[in-house]
Amino acid sequence: MYSKQYKLAVTVPPLMWVSLFLLCAYLILFAHSFWSVRDGQIARKFTLANYKQIVSSPLYLEVLFRSIKMAGAVTGLALLLAYPVVYYLSFRARHKNLLYQLIIVPLWVSYLVRAYAWKTILGSDGVLNTSLQFLHITHAPVSALLYSPFAVVLTLTHIYTPFAFLPIFASLEHVPRNLIEASQDLGATPWQTFRRVILPLSLPGVIAGATFAFVLSLGDFLAPLLVGGPSGIMISNIVVSLFGAAYDWPLGAAISLLMLVMVVSLLFATERLEKRYSYQ
Amino acid sequence: MMGRSKGGLLAGYSALVFAFLYLPIAVLILYSFNGPGVGGFPPRDLTLHWYRVLFEDDAIWNSVLNSVIVALVAVVLALLIGTPAALALDRASFPGKALFRRLVLLPLILPGIITGLSLLMLCVFSGMELSLVTIALGHGTALIAVATTEVFAGLQKFDRRQEEASLDLGANHWQTFWRITLPNLRLSIVGAALLIFTLSMDEIAVSFFLVGRENTLPLEIWSRLRRGMTPEINAVSTIIFLFSLFTIIVWYRIRTRGQAQEIVQASIIQGETHEPEPPGLHQVRDRRQRGRRMPR
Repeated sequence: MYSKQYKLAVTVPPLMWVSLFLLCAYLILFAHSFWSVRDGQIARKFTLANYKQIVSSPLYLEVLFRSIKMAGAVTGLALLLAYPVVYYLSFRARHKNLLYQLIIVPLWVSYLVRAYAWKTILGSDGVLNTSLQFLHITHAPVSALLYSPFAVVLTLTHIYTPFAFLPIFASLEHVPRNLIEASQDLGATPWQTFRRVILPLSLPGVIAGATFAFVLSLGDFLAPLLVGGPSGIMISNIVVSLFGAAYDWPLGAAISLLMLVMVVSLLFATERLEKRYSYQ
Repeated sequence: MMGRSKGGLLAGYSALVFAFLYLPIAVLILYSFNGPGVGGFPPRDLTLHWYRVLFEDDAIWNSVLNSVIVALVAVVLALLIGTPAALALDRASFPGKALFRRLVLLPLILPGIITGLSLLMLCVFSGMELSLVTIALGHGTALIAVATTEVFAGLQKFDRRQEEASLDLGANHWQTFWRITLPNLRLSIVGAALLIFTLSMDEIAVSFFLVGRENTLPLEIWSRLRRGMTPEINAVSTIIFLFSLFTIIVWYRIRTRGQAQEIVQASIIQGETHEPEPPGLHQVRDRRQRGRRMPR
């Protein structure tokens, strides 16, 4: 029913804009990763030097693996925090909608503000340390709290738990209640019902939530800068420094491209998994 | 059903998780009233001093103004591109459609640093000077995804027969779009605009790379954080928090009212009652993953 002109009118402008500003931008990132810096100038000549440098330098790989570990820890913690709460909300709680909104609210609190809040809590003169001393639990500030991978993981968990929460909630809300009743009628214990019916049906949501938590925390660079200290830096911090003072855009682009490839392949993989586990 | 004690355990655990989510925010707000500065327990000399300092701080208010301008431009841009993009994804088939859909959604799913860097290199490559304009272009482009997913979701609920009727009755496509399509998408568009505005006001990863001389509010806060912590930052954070809260409530109101209307209309037209979607569930899809549910 839509005429050719109509289709052209709605297709061409967005297509052009997106090609110009997004596709070109990502392609330029791709191109930069094969260029190099000579005498403080970016030399636009094909080279694999950046990738060789990444693979041969222990620094980059080490930080990359540490970032993956930290993002993995954030993901695990976020699921551990979110799943029982979602379960409680979906199956038990009386004020489901109110509690649901309460989970959403922190998502709207500025990202920076949440990271900063942790800095004020964990610092040596921070709220946690001074409270511990006030209560005579410790007598000197515990300095290991701030500027450590632990602080980064804690902060990122706080920031990204709601992201894990949302898709799990959606999937648990869609678990057909009659399947649960059937399982109970057929004599399954509550644990068996959970293990065999509810958990498998909620897997797509768990996978989606885990993906968000992982991808977003892997690419984070502000929280590590705020609360991480030298031992808590992540791969994105290296990229930022390469784009800043170190002025090696091509190397930074190569690391970014590596991250992009990792993230996109992860998204493809989890999309597959989600489809496999969805029962419809 | 599980035993009572287990249910209690679950409730207790949930309460702890809520405490974990809210305590930092509570601490932040509390210490905006703390006279001596951030830190130290218990809080003492409660004062509005830091709010007074904040209200006299021109640099902060200048950055707020910048952020509002950037966010408004981003809203207009994202809607101008995102709405036709949703119509195209819904109604047209063209080569590269699958790639186009993924590309539009990519900035929402990718860590902001990758999109920020790519846009920075694009700007430098094409010789654009970094300024508020580049930030607004960056936000607008990155947030097209929000407009597209919102409007696309609106289109799924919308009855195309109304458009058919309009076309049959002699209206042209342009008239049909203005009189039928757009009014029906009103709710999605307002929702998208509010979301884009709030996301842009808070955005820092993309702005971080595209900033010129003028700071946006998050960048201004960021540069001050690097220098040291003062309760003034807590005060401005508290105001941002209250503002976000206000936006959610407005948005929520619009959504539930619109939904109620839709349900009434649907039951009048179809003569059946229709179980409403649990309020708030649409938001599940709103932030990031709604796009991933689009049909292939």
